[in-house]
Amino acid sequence: MPSLTDYLILSALLFAIGTAGVFVRRNLITILLSIEIMLNAVNLTFVAFGRALGSVDGQIIVFFVMTVAAAEAAVGLAIVIALFRHRESLNPEAFTTLKW
Amino acid sequence: MNAVLIAEIVILGFVFHALLISAAAMVWVERKVAAWLQQRLGPILVGPAGLLQPFADIIKLIFKEELRPAAADKWLFYLAPAISATCSFAAFAVVPFGGETTFMGLLDRPVKLQVADVNVAVLVIFAIASMSVYGIVLAGWASNSKYSLLGALRSSAQMISYELSYGMALASVLVMANSLSLTDIVNAQEGAWLGVLPRWFVVLNPVGFLIFFTAGIAETNRAPFDFPEAEQELVAGYHTEYSSMSFALFFQAEYVNMVTVSAVATDLFLGGWHTPLIPAAIGWFGFLLKISFLLFFYVWMRWTLPRYRYDQLMAFGWKVLLPVSVLNLLFVSAWVLYFGF
Amino acid sequence: MLLFYVFALVAVVASLLVIAQRNPVYSVLLLIASFGALSGLYVLLDAPFAAVIQIVVYAGAILVLFLFVVMLLNAPHEDTDEDLLRLKTINAATSRLRGGPMLFGVALASLFIVELLWALNRVTGAGRFDPAAADSVSSVAAIGRVLFTDYRFAFEVTSVLILVAMVGAVVLARREEAAPAPPARK
Repeated sequence: MPSLTDYLILSALLFAIGTAGVFVRRNLITILLSIEIMLNAVNLTFVAFGRALGSVDGQIIVFFVMTVAAAEAAVGLAIVIALFRHRESLNPEAFTTLKW
Repeated sequence: MNAVLIAEIVILGFVFHALLISAAAMVWVERKVAAWLQQRLGPILVGPAGLLQPFADIIKLIFKEELRPAAADKWLFYLAPAISATCSFAAFAVVPFGGETTFMGLLDRPVKLQVADVNVAVLVIFAIASMSVYGIVLAGWASNSKYSLLGALRSSAQMISYELSYGMALASVLVMANSLSLTDIVNAQEGAWLGVLPRWFVVLNPVGFLIFFTAGIAETNRAPFDFPEAEQELVAGYHTEYSSMSFALFFQAEYVNMVTVSAVATDLFLGGWHTPLIPAAIGWFGFLLKISFLLFFYVWMRWTLPRYRYDQLMAFGWKVLLPVSVLNLLFVSAWVLYFGF
Repeated sequence: MLLFYVFALVAVVASLLVIAQRNPVYSVLLLIASFGALSGLYVLLDAPFAAVIQIVVYAGAILVLFLFVVMLLNAPHEDTDEDLLRLKTINAATSRLRGGPMLFGVALASLFIVELLWALNRVTGAGRFDPAAADSVSSVAAIGRVLFTDYRFAFEVTSVLILVAMVGAVVLARREEAAPAPPARK
């Protein structure tokens, strides 16, 4: 029977993978995906703590995180599309100028 | 315990094979009904009344050469039909098709006629329906062909749009039955008023049923909402580049999806296995009759109504169906809140 | 429990592959696998509602959106340094400096793991799950009751948030020059 610690370690691993993805990748879409990995790692922590404390609050926070993640993905992807129209590139380094 | 376990495995095997056979049977029904509606004979040569025609089709498909476009993405090209077929079968796992039974005293405790009894069954169906869009999108993208891609984009836009109304119609039933379990929902529809008029949710919530079935037709990409494969414009839509068994998987997924949507509609709105005049012991027979009627309706609709235009479809989904379904949900909730069910 | 390790392995390997892929379409699909595994973990944690919502919202809505954008932009492969030099968005000097932030990121992530593992190791044996509490967290009715009473303000705020996000996405992604008006339709 895995304990709370196991879930927290798994969550930490996933969060670290997401963090590494944000720094390492040179593609706006993959960076957004890495952010989703980090959000999900946090969700796992919430559900695991909620289970350990016998409370549904953890799941409710997950519900809100997902809502915010959906809003973030919609706006983020809209920005990606707008940027891609200007530079024909998804590389964040293509957008370092302050004006165009 | 052992006998119950065996019974559950038998039910699992039975459901799987029943779905496979039903897909074959639907091919025959589709051809026959189309023939009647068009004053033709339909298949008559293979077997009595052409009954073996689906099997002839399958044998032909198996022995055809498997073609893959050179520019296609190798992995995703073969993953896509697998996703479609898996989703179509997986959804039926949580659909109950009969009450509890001991198989005439064969078992020491009753089992449910259902593969898996999940207490969030309605949401599971919704989740699997939302996954099935991947099969089509990936097929379109991996084929690397413009017809496939256009078909896939249309299809995913259509499925995502109609999923909302689908969900709202589901929610209106949840409010009435006060449960997320399909078994509870079916049992809430037991009995009849005055002994004849069944207490089905279709009587109490007819708008919900219409919305659910319309959205269901759009979800399964059937005429008059069959844009993804509109043959006059897109050759064959997302499965243009598929041949042999990978095409057969898409084909079969379409028919199994029809059966699943009909089964879910029966459980949610038509009382499942509770039918007046049919004894509870053979409730599954009533269930089968209702599914058959809905499936016939599907075929009837396909050969009667012309295809919508794409902008009409999207306008209908967002400007008519979604507002109506939200209003219906509000109305049903208010009714349940103030008058009880 | 074997299932925990299976799901955990799938989640970690799929997430690693997400950030190791150069093709975003594969990244999106691998992320679905990772989220599917997380959904399995939620079931193990007696949270079937969270598990199903995970599939409906993430796999069914958010990642479809990602897949859509990747397919429509039709820019499947990440730019290499050569592409960027050709596009004149970076020059040769910055190209040489680019390894720095990447190494920094990897180092930061590794440091993070080490710290967390160290911290978590010091609380050994904590947080055994109480089997008796399973029913109280798995009930959808209980979630609904808390969501619509204690959290009703937050719930209403999220609906406003989604509306704002929707309008914002439409405004941002719209082409700047107004398209010619479509022919009048009946």
